[in-house]
Amino acid sequence: MNERSHIISALVEHKPGVLQRVAGLFTRRGFNIDTITVGETEKKKLARMTIIAKGDDKVLEQITKQLNKLIDVIKVRDLEMENTVKRELCLIKVHTPLEKIRSEVIQYAGIFRGRIIDVSPETLTVEITGDPEKIDALIDLLRNFGIKEVARTGPTAMSRGIKTI
Amino acid sequence: MVTGIATANMDSAPILAIAGQVPTHLIGNDAFQEVDMIGITIPITKHSFQANDANEIPGMIKSGFEIARTGRPGPVVIDLPKDIQEQELDKYHSHQLDLPGYKPTLKGHPLQIKKAAESILNAKKPVILSGGGVIISNASSELKELSNLIKAPVTTTLLGKGSFPEDEPASMGMLGMHGRKVANITVDECDCLIAVGCRFSDRTTGNLEEFANNAQIIHIDVDPAEIGKNVDVHVPIVGDAKTVLQQLLSIIKKQSLPNNKKWFNEVYEFKKSCIPRTSFEEDIPLKPQQVIKEISHVVDADTILTTDVGQNQMWMAHFFKSQKPRKFISSGGLGTMGFGFPAAMGAKVALPESDVVAVCGDGGFLMVSQDLATVKEYDIPVVICVLDNRYLGMVAQWQKLFFDKRMSHTYLGEVPDFVKLAEAFGVRAERVEKPGDTQEALQNAIKSGEPTLLDIIIDPDEILPMVPPGCGLTEIIGEYKVEREHPREITYKNTVKKPVEGE
Repeated sequence: MNERSHIISALVEHKPGVLQRVAGLFTRRGFNIDTITVGETEKKKLARMTIIAKGDDKVLEQITKQLNKLIDVIKVRDLEMENTVKRELCLIKVHTPLEKIRSEVIQYAGIFRGRIIDVSPETLTVEITGDPEKIDALIDLLRNFGIKEVARTGPTAMSRGIKTI
Repeated sequence: MVTGIATANMDSAPILAIAGQVPTHLIGNDAFQEVDMIGITIPITKHSFQANDANEIPGMIKSGFEIARTGRPGPVVIDLPKDIQEQELDKYHSHQLDLPGYKPTLKGHPLQIKKAAESILNAKKPVILSGGGVIISNASSELKELSNLIKAPVTTTLLGKGSFPEDEPASMGMLGMHGRKVANITVDECDCLIAVGCRFSDRTTGNLEEFANNAQIIHIDVDPAEIGKNVDVHVPIVGDAKTVLQQLLSIIKKQSLPNNKKWFNEVYEFKKSCIPRTSFEEDIPLKPQQVIKEISHVVDADTILTTDVGQNQMWMAHFFKSQKPRKFISSGGLGTMGFGFPAAMGAKVALPESDVVAVCGDGGFLMVSQDLATVKEYDIPVVICVLDNRYLGMVAQWQKLFFDKRMSHTYLGEVPDFVKLAEAFGVRAERVEKPGDTQEALQNAIKSGEPTLLDIIIDPDEILPMVPPGCGLTEIIGEYKVEREHPREITYKNTVKKPVEGE
């Protein structure tokens, strides 16, 4: 078994039920989806799905082929890790009852180019965008202060340069 | 309906299934008789639609037929909520197909065709494996031409039966777990396997590590996902069987053809040496081989034979020689018991001029025996041959062979009396117990022009030749008596491995 992480980018018709069809394929072939993001594209009728999944190359080839067979799927590509930019958005609600902690959190957020998007007497909510690894790093740092909640979108991705899928 | 859809999906049968749904405003409320038809059928359909407005229906029907019939055919479901069924169309206008994500590849890539032609021309021992795709794309004549040109013996899958005439010297019959010895051993020996329109099911290949190990494998299929899924192939070609075979033939015909006459004759001699015995003129209860021999004597090449699933099916696949495409109809991938009788009804309704005979087991027939009412009410004159051994024979066979004879839930019991059952529906019926009687009873049944059930009492102890699960194709057990010992013992290992767990 040659297990590794894959970024699969799929252009699909923007219709109800497509997500179910796509996700179902992964489960049926014993492939675990780590993250999946879906959103509109430059064309109104199309949506892009970005799926990150770990697994055997041969199984992945089969899944890509099966995805291509779905009528609602226009194009599928297994993006090369090194030639792909990927970004994820994350919201982190940190427990900050003390002024001292509060300013520290703001500082850290700044270093990571995050922003404070909500404040309450007890909490601060940080928004951060970037590589999943960068987000992991910030979450690790803020964990010491007491994280109340994390919401991550999962990465969305694109090939570098002029190439499109 | 779900079982039928799954059957069609496995066997690439084009069907458009229209399902009734609760009214749109009740969907998702667990309304009376609501079922998430789309959700249930997503994994077993080629595509599905749910109409939210009657004006969408014409487009869905048009797309549905297009998707079901083209490329690799398959089932399409259209789910129609009750209020949409009752809604009137504003205006009917013909629809343009709008399927940007659906473009089946029909023509083979020229480079791949060239590579395949090279492999074929270099082969000394070529074999053709013909699957259901050959029948679907009407490629039988191209396949035959290829076989003739390169002197390649032909074996088929279950669904491919009839794609190549089985009375031809080149025909080796079916391959696989219940295949013909000549086919299983020749595939093991060949140096080039040309697989057309098949999906290398585990029932066809046996243990993959031992499958056609000496061969360059060329795989032609319209579905790219089938290529490389089960068997690693040397030359993959995505395309329609007929188109690709024509492309291949046009190249091969221009080249000097290899002389494979010696190979062809060798296989032919070998085939003659292991023709299975089908005559059991003295045996009572009847041997299934004898029954099938008698059926073969009555039917002609245009008779449509359907089978159920289990021993009856494998006996038919093994012993019956099919001559033409679309005349042998069986449930392959899903092995849907209860398939034979309704399939025969369908065939008869579609082609009323053809004689249609269903060969069923007692267990499978009982799953659909209520359709005796259908054939009577609608006057559908099919003949149902129930091979009656009072067992779910195939499962019983596995229990005997692989589960220390721990027989469990495979004996059907004394009831019913199939003749009385049929007669209760007003259907003509006859019991057959002696050699020679099947032939006569079947002739009379076809002549009668009425739906008829033949209750044929057969020997419950008859076991197939078979390859145990997890074994290579050459490891045949339950071997029928052969007229002569086969001359090439080297390749034939008559050993039985313990079946692999979980199979």
